[in-house]
Amino acid sequence: MQFAVNGAGCASAPFPCREQGVSAISSTAVETTRRPHGWLSGWRLGVLGVALVVALPVLTVFAFFLQPATDAWQHLVQTALHDYVVNSVLLMLGVAAGTLLLGVSTAWVSATCEFPGRRVFEWALLLPMAIPAYIIAYTYTGLLDFAGPVQGALRALFGWGYGDYWFPNVRSLPGAIVMLSLVLYPYVYLLARAAFLEQSVCVLEVSRTLGATPMHTFLRVALPMARPAIVAGLLLALMETLADYGTVQFFGVSTFTTGIFRTWFGLGDAVAAAQLSALLMTFVFVLILLERWSRRQARYHETGARMKSLPRHRLEGWRMAVGLAVCIVPLAFGFLLPAGQLLIWVVRTAGRMLDADFLRITGNSLVLAGSAALVTLLVGLFMAYGKRLHGDRLVQGAVRVAGMGYAIPGTVIAIGVMIPFAWLDNTIDTWVRARFDFSTGLLLSGTLVALLFAYMVRFLAVALQTVEAGLAKIRPGMDDAARSLGLGPLDVLKKVHVPMLRGSLITAMLLVFVDVLKELPATLVLRPFNFNTLAVRTYELAADERLADAASASLAIVLAGIIPVILLSQSLSRTRIRYE
Amino acid sequence: MNKLLEVIDAEVGYGGAPVVRQVSFALEPGRIGCLLGPSGCGKTTLLRAIAGFEILQGGEIRMRGQVVSHAGWSLPPEQRRVGMVFQDFALFPHLKVGDNIGFGLRHLSERERRARVQTLLRLVGLPEFEGVYPHQLSGGQQQRVALARAMAPRPELLLMDEPFSSMDAEMREQLAREVRDIIKEEEITALLVTHDQYEAFAMADEIGVLNAGQLMQWDSGYNLYHRPGNRFVADFIGQGVILPGEVLNEGQVQTELGAINGQLPPGCKPGCKLEILLRPDDIQHDDQSALHAKVVAKAFRGAEFLYTLELASGTRVLCFAPSHHDHPLGEQLGIRVEVDHLVMFPQPGQTASV
Repeated sequence: MQFAVNGAGCASAPFPCREQGVSAISSTAVETTRRPHGWLSGWRLGVLGVALVVALPVLTVFAFFLQPATDAWQHLVQTALHDYVVNSVLLMLGVAAGTLLLGVSTAWVSATCEFPGRRVFEWALLLPMAIPAYIIAYTYTGLLDFAGPVQGALRALFGWGYGDYWFPNVRSLPGAIVMLSLVLYPYVYLLARAAFLEQSVCVLEVSRTLGATPMHTFLRVALPMARPAIVAGLLLALMETLADYGTVQFFGVSTFTTGIFRTWFGLGDAVAAAQLSALLMTFVFVLILLERWSRRQARYHETGARMKSLPRHRLEGWRMAVGLAVCIVPLAFGFLLPAGQLLIWVVRTAGRMLDADFLRITGNSLVLAGSAALVTLLVGLFMAYGKRLHGDRLVQGAVRVAGMGYAIPGTVIAIGVMIPFAWLDNTIDTWVRARFDFSTGLLLSGTLVALLFAYMVRFLAVALQTVEAGLAKIRPGMDDAARSLGLGPLDVLKKVHVPMLRGSLITAMLLVFVDVLKELPATLVLRPFNFNTLAVRTYELAADERLADAASASLAIVLAGIIPVILLSQSLSRTRIRYE
Repeated sequence: MNKLLEVIDAEVGYGGAPVVRQVSFALEPGRIGCLLGPSGCGKTTLLRAIAGFEILQGGEIRMRGQVVSHAGWSLPPEQRRVGMVFQDFALFPHLKVGDNIGFGLRHLSERERRARVQTLLRLVGLPEFEGVYPHQLSGGQQQRVALARAMAPRPELLLMDEPFSSMDAEMREQLAREVRDIIKEEEITALLVTHDQYEAFAMADEIGVLNAGQLMQWDSGYNLYHRPGNRFVADFIGQGVILPGEVLNEGQVQTELGAINGQLPPGCKPGCKLEILLRPDDIQHDDQSALHAKVVAKAFRGAEFLYTLELASGTRVLCFAPSHHDHPLGEQLGIRVEVDHLVMFPQPGQTASV
């Protein structure tokens, strides 16, 4: 009898759940959709204008698709383009396999099993996110190359000499795949874990009563149900993979991003570099569309949160060992080992490297990231509030376009910023020279303005998402109440929303701050002459094979990178309360 | 121009068919009006249009003779001198009670503002709550703070959207009377929206009944009950049943309950078919009466019972009887019709004017 009741509940379960999901979605849509106010077109125009300016780099890059091909482009097609495409595709396939393996296994074990340290692993498994791919690449190169501690120890142990033995070369395509997988798997882990936690126990139990083993249940029920979420996480990881410049450049793997750099700086051909960027963007857009699609799918795969959540398997004996290993391996290789190595190098080189120069560069980085975070936050707040005031299609579309920068590789944004800014500078200079007979020089393209703008374009989505989530929690009645008490829209924002949003605003600023600190390729292209940041410093020292010397700047970036991990782990523990 | 608020042929909607159609009414200064109707009738939409949150599709709204809304144009809410109490109160959670009330008083000096806040806190009976956050208050206290906040800037018109809907039934009427006293003391003109007729009776001087976006009747509570202008109002306000009848002569209508005496509207000739509204208090329990009806349901109301009685034909009527007249279900009761003022409507499909 018990079983029959249980079974009947499960059979009908998806329907009420789906309805719940849909009605929840539509009711929030009603709440956040504000009716158009004819007298407020200022905000509207502002939002549309900002979206257009933010889209400028991408539009520029795509405009070059229409330009006739140059000699350099012909040359590229005949020689290197094939390599770029093949390597980029192989890199994506490899990283896909790696992040799936690490992300899904850790998510399943931490979401459904009970073993010693499980609660620590839940957030610690996010730590590899704190390390930018290029820094983990530099660190493993230092660890594993001929002069590094690992090969050194092997030689000392077996008495080998140079050429006596085979050792895998980190600086290779497979090496790049491993490096990127180690720091990007948390995207898959996060989304897959949430999906596993939301699966209702009775669906899984039905599978067991139908004779499936736990392994079968995982493969045939749990995994397919979580698939849309897993795919969404995977696509985020792949966008990061396409955007990576530091790792592939250091490992000598020719991909789109290194190709763009080479064409821009080596061949000095802006048109070909932009065309290459446009080609890369096509790859990215495919990923964006897939991601949108899989998220839509995920909505319909959600099972109700009200149903009983999974009881955890208590792992014992060899199963516990396997469970622990699944969690320890990515954590150890993705964070503990490289961070430990960085720390050792910092201690060893502190006397030389922690000098006034280091302080100046750190200061540069902090000021730059701080100002970028502030600018991005203000623009994000402006856009999000504009969307709240005017919920119409056009404004929503504009805000969505403005939030697309996060998927666009920094290299592409840099090229897309550089070309129009340089053109503008030249135009102004020519005009001023003709009129007043002096040169204005570079007003935009060679200055921090261009760099701040590029960061804003790239990271606006981070600020937008955080602010929008915060705004959605404020009931529209608050706006109406403040308006009826005599406040205009701007005053409502200042006196009601900003104070209530304080937490979200700080979070948004922190996230942008850290992202800017880690950003490498756009900084490399757009920084003013002789202006160094921590990321550029790390890159330059690594390029000179001074890997140990690069550690202090690297570790500073990693430490900052831990901030978003802490924020994420706080939201993880909130979901834990909900599900346990 | 002695009207404070005039709504003239107002039409409001969200893109599709209008939610509010051709509504007109006016409020004089110092009066409390009420828009009453079932949920979905458009009353809140109309209130939001008066506040300036919705744009009119047609008609216009005037305050003190000035047009504040016409089709496609609307004076921003913050420029209307309109206060509003929201259904969920919408108190600012990041501000203390005193700052919530003082929110709309930015034009005053610090000292004046504090004085005004104190006055209002005393007025709503919460003098010692100035430094408390809204979430520390009970529902009724939040309600009063919301009222104080809306009244603080001395609005010309106070709008209230289902202000008591989150209260339990007992508190509702008491609070409604208190709020009415406060509004009257401040000599504020107010317009309230509710679906609860007792709340409307307790608060308002005049009430407009809305149905499906149209204004059915604008009148005092007494008249809505005793002189409903149409079947919807008769049905919606109070309790009662509607029976068919036929005019016998100038002062009598024949019904199942016998001939009923009453003043007939002019133009109604003998033989014309009518519908008669019978309130529970129109039917008296009378053991001497020859007319009997069976008790099919009864509800205890403290001082009285509300009986549902079934006539031989199967028609049901309602009857109030003092509560010591306790009759079991199924018993036959003697009843008598005693109507002070006969309410009649033409039968559906009949063109005869009433």
